[in-house]
Amino acid sequence: MQHTPFDLQLLNACAAILLLLSFAMLAQRRIVALVNLLALQGAMLFIATMLLAWRTGQNHLYVSAALTLGLKVIALPWLLHVLIKRLNVQWDSEPLLNVPGTMLIGLVTVVFSFGLAQPIAELASTATRNSLGIAVAVILLAFITMITRRKAMSQVVGFLSMENGLFFGAMSATYGMPMIVEFGVALDVLVAMLVLGVFFFQIREQFDSLDLHNLESLKEDQ
Amino acid sequence: MVGAVGLLRPHSVALVRRVLFPLGALIGVALAIVAALSLTEPVEQATLHIGLPDLPMHVRLDNLSRVFLALLGSASAGVSLFAAGYFRKGEGTAPGVLGLQYHLFLASMGFVLVADDAYAFMVAWETMALTSYFLVTAQHGIPEIRSAGFLYLLMAHVGAIAILLSFGILQGGTWLFSFDAMRASTLSTPWATAAFLLALFGFGAKAGLLPLHVWLPEAHPAAPSPVSALMSGVMLKTAIYGVLRVTFDLIGDPLWWWGLIPLGLGLATAIFGVVFAAVQTDMKRLLAYSSVENIGVLFTGIGLAIVFHGVGMTELAALALIAVLYHSLNHAFMKSLLFLGTGAVLHATGERNLGRLGGLIHRMPWAAWLTLVGVLAIAGLPPLNGFVSEWLLLQTFLFSHEVPQPFVNMLLPLGAAIVALAAALAGYVMVKFFGIVFLGQPRESSLAAAHDVGGFEKAGLVWLAIGCVLLGLLPRQVIHSLAAATEQLTGAAPNLAGQSWWLLAPLTERDVSYAPLVLLAVIVAVVVATFLIVRVVYRRPVRLAAPWDCGCGRLDPRMQDTAEGFGQPIRHIFVSFFAMERDLPSPHDLAPRYRVKVSDRLWQGAYLPIADLLQRAANSVAWLQQGRISVYLTYSFITLVVLLAVML
Amino acid sequence: MSTVAWLTQFLEVLAALILAPLFLGWVNACRAWLQNRRAPSVLLPYHGIRKLFHKDAVIAASASPLFRVAPYVVFGAMVAAAAVIPSMGTGLPFRSAADAIALVGLLAIARVFMSLAAMDIGTAFGTLGARRDMMIGFLAEPALLMVIFVASLLSATTALPLIAERLVVQPLALYPSLAFTAVAFTMVLLAENARIPVDNPATHLELTMIHEAMLLEYSARHLALMEWAAALKLFNYACIGFALFVPWGASIGSTGIGAMALSLPALLVKLAVAGLWLALLETVSAKLRVFRAPEFMATAFMFAVLGLLVHLLLGA
Repeated sequence: MQHTPFDLQLLNACAAILLLLSFAMLAQRRIVALVNLLALQGAMLFIATMLLAWRTGQNHLYVSAALTLGLKVIALPWLLHVLIKRLNVQWDSEPLLNVPGTMLIGLVTVVFSFGLAQPIAELASTATRNSLGIAVAVILLAFITMITRRKAMSQVVGFLSMENGLFFGAMSATYGMPMIVEFGVALDVLVAMLVLGVFFFQIREQFDSLDLHNLESLKEDQ
Repeated sequence: MVGAVGLLRPHSVALVRRVLFPLGALIGVALAIVAALSLTEPVEQATLHIGLPDLPMHVRLDNLSRVFLALLGSASAGVSLFAAGYFRKGEGTAPGVLGLQYHLFLASMGFVLVADDAYAFMVAWETMALTSYFLVTAQHGIPEIRSAGFLYLLMAHVGAIAILLSFGILQGGTWLFSFDAMRASTLSTPWATAAFLLALFGFGAKAGLLPLHVWLPEAHPAAPSPVSALMSGVMLKTAIYGVLRVTFDLIGDPLWWWGLIPLGLGLATAIFGVVFAAVQTDMKRLLAYSSVENIGVLFTGIGLAIVFHGVGMTELAALALIAVLYHSLNHAFMKSLLFLGTGAVLHATGERNLGRLGGLIHRMPWAAWLTLVGVLAIAGLPPLNGFVSEWLLLQTFLFSHEVPQPFVNMLLPLGAAIVALAAALAGYVMVKFFGIVFLGQPRESSLAAAHDVGGFEKAGLVWLAIGCVLLGLLPRQVIHSLAAATEQLTGAAPNLAGQSWWLLAPLTERDVSYAPLVLLAVIVAVVVATFLIVRVVYRRPVRLAAPWDCGCGRLDPRMQDTAEGFGQPIRHIFVSFFAMERDLPSPHDLAPRYRVKVSDRLWQGAYLPIADLLQRAANSVAWLQQGRISVYLTYSFITLVVLLAVML
Repeated sequence: MSTVAWLTQFLEVLAALILAPLFLGWVNACRAWLQNRRAPSVLLPYHGIRKLFHKDAVIAASASPLFRVAPYVVFGAMVAAAAVIPSMGTGLPFRSAADAIALVGLLAIARVFMSLAAMDIGTAFGTLGARRDMMIGFLAEPALLMVIFVASLLSATTALPLIAERLVVQPLALYPSLAFTAVAFTMVLLAENARIPVDNPATHLELTMIHEAMLLEYSARHLALMEWAAALKLFNYACIGFALFVPWGASIGSTGIGAMALSLPALLVKLAVAGLWLALLETVSAKLRVFRAPEFMATAFMFAVLGLLVHLLLGA
């Protein structure tokens, strides 16, 4: 086995932990814990970005690291926590269908994305290209998290987790997106979050619950 | 050599089973010894002028045949010994006829293994199918057994057609059907693939590979126990032999991706078989499903061998093949032992339903303890034999990520996870099987009259149990013998030179080793030492008392888990595998009855529609059948006219 | 093999036998502290075993010989397992006899015999415990195997002492795959040793117990052996964890009494930390319903498989 430099190992470890957290989110029932996991994922992303910035010496990565820290580790989780408290859904837990089954689907997804990323990774020139598979996996896992949930809050968490995956993918493939895109995405996420927050209150007012199951009654009957 | 096989046919119909079956056993032993001793000798070929004139049968004895002949001889010897004590009057077919069928069955299996042209092979293969059909339907008075026999015959013939077609492709336009000609002919890739797939289908149908397994859990339990033992233990291995023969010998250089098909099917079969075994309530069906699992493991190994062989990693291919051959041998012994154990129970109690057995270890200690050997072996516990082949297969899997194919190198190691899961589930199944049949309290009062096995039956069980133990304790010697066959098939063999006789270390580039004798010695030493110390230091009396009843004052045998109860976690976890019907009694029911029926989704999803379709197709041409002679003559006349018109 | 090597082998097994109840006592004491209870003596398990050995045995009248043999077999399997696990030194002569797969097999022997013995009496609790234990076992066993596979892919061997040795000798590296397998392994450890959240070792509550239900009919010396074997199992699992994830401190390669003496303090420190960690995990988690247990184990299995995948992707 060839010896990889230590900081790269650290990066790989961060990537792996990101994936681990994605799986934990897939299996987590409680909404509060789900938000905490999201914050933890943000923190991992922050560490990874800092490491990458330090390793490649690209200054703009420091900026995106700071953005990650501010937005994904502090602001959004805080916002979500406030929302949870306001909406009084701290103790909400979702009846998940068959955790092992979901995990199995997740596992298949991981195999798929790893296989998908292998040829792409050959093309990329960055040192972190191996993490690309993990980034794809994180995105798809977040998708599955969203598919299997019924509560609006967990949908949002899934959405944010997907954004984390996208960010990480961009980082490992090309050392981050152009600054302007990054800012734009960050702003988008923030705005989406605020809009969704408003939606939550509306949905609850309408149905007395955040269960998206209720939205089905909105469709027109034939 | 072939004379020895021929000798297996006694022509007597008299009721001399006390002589015939032991004689068959003796010949089996002789066959095994001769085959094993001749393993390193050169290939022998002969032409037999029997059968149709100008169509001689070729026979050939190479190392692959020898390995399987040794398997056939040694395993069937134990079964024959047991059968000598088992068959009695008054159970369907007369014992004399049964003896003839039984030995014809054995002989045809032997002939399958030595046949060297498609004609001889197919004759032997069909004889094998027919004789085993008659054996399955030995108790033809029972309708279920008749329908099981029909299903078996149907699947056997569908498989045989596929094998015949495969041979048809393999001759490669030479129209010579000897195996030598097939070896010599080279096929283009699509044709070779077609031949491989047809062979896989045909032999898979015989072996019970998913989705062609449906006949197996019906037919194997229907047969008398010694026959079930032979079918599960030995006959399924002829299908393994067939796949190996066609893939590695007749086609010669399989493409690597072919391997993925048996690998995937094998893994699915393994999990499927063991999960279904866990929910069975009939002890012989449970064992039949366990056979399905083991077939899955074998096909997994074959697939792995093909992949390794195809990408040029021949040493690993040889190791995977060793695992396959070893497991075939192990399974022949373990499963025969277990089926014979159920045979003993069946004779003693007349009961196959697990829900009416229990506590038989007190009444039938010989049968129970000998079956325990088989149970521990098939559960994959060291130092018995089931563990060795599992160990070899897992070790092979550890190299699968080195296959130079993207994506595949990531998927293959996951197979190890499935194999490990299947092996662990096999432990669950076997604890259920043994615990419910032999342990606990008798669930029916009639069980008190159960009697232990007789002399011949005991001898048969002991023979197979010793086989299990020896195969487990002396892996290096066994592998040394099997290596001759892998050398022939893949051109490589594990390097065992220069190692101690008690150690198994088949891979030179990786430090892995296993020494079952030492392991056993340590466990035995610890057990004996503990026992002595406890005895000497704390010599206190043992008092017998009633078991703790939690103060309720009444312990009923019905409070024990039933077979359904013990399988409940599996039913709960793998719920999507089953098509389930369940009646839960209401709490106010005064005579509550719980009923659960678990069946195979494939049966309803795939087989019944096909059967339905066939039925409809048949009905649609049924108008042809008018029942009047003159109409039939008209058909013949029209056919003749059309043929003449076309030909001229 | 030299006599020194055999001596170290013997001493290591002896140390396992002696330390195992102490470790169990330590975990229980830590748990009590963390839960604001007065802790029992760390030496309590020794007293328990000693007391049991001095009692008259009572056996159910419907027991078969299997019931009496099982404690010895279970104990023997556990001791044999302790002989392959490099708790202090890796230069064990016994290591070529049984690799990590065989080690899993040894643990399976203990489980199968314990379950069979539990079914032998034919009471409702016995079969219930056996069924539940096998249910946990059939998921835990492949998970443990996968954990070991990842480590053996990293070190190109399946012999546990060699795995530990190579992980120490290789230049210090972070293995992301080991992070996954560590999670999986911890879950397997908790489940296999009948700890919270899968089973509660402190109660005999009928509806939830697993391990204790199997031992209900045992008494005196047989129970003592079973309890000792259970302590040994916990110790063995902890040492497997050390060998896979924190192999530092064990004496490598060269064997000798001196090296062993040096690695004993290291082992004690690791055990102390591990015990505290286990107690903490047990304190912060709640007992799962029995039907959640398969989910828990399946998650462990998935994590182990995921570790394998990550290893294949990242090569580390």
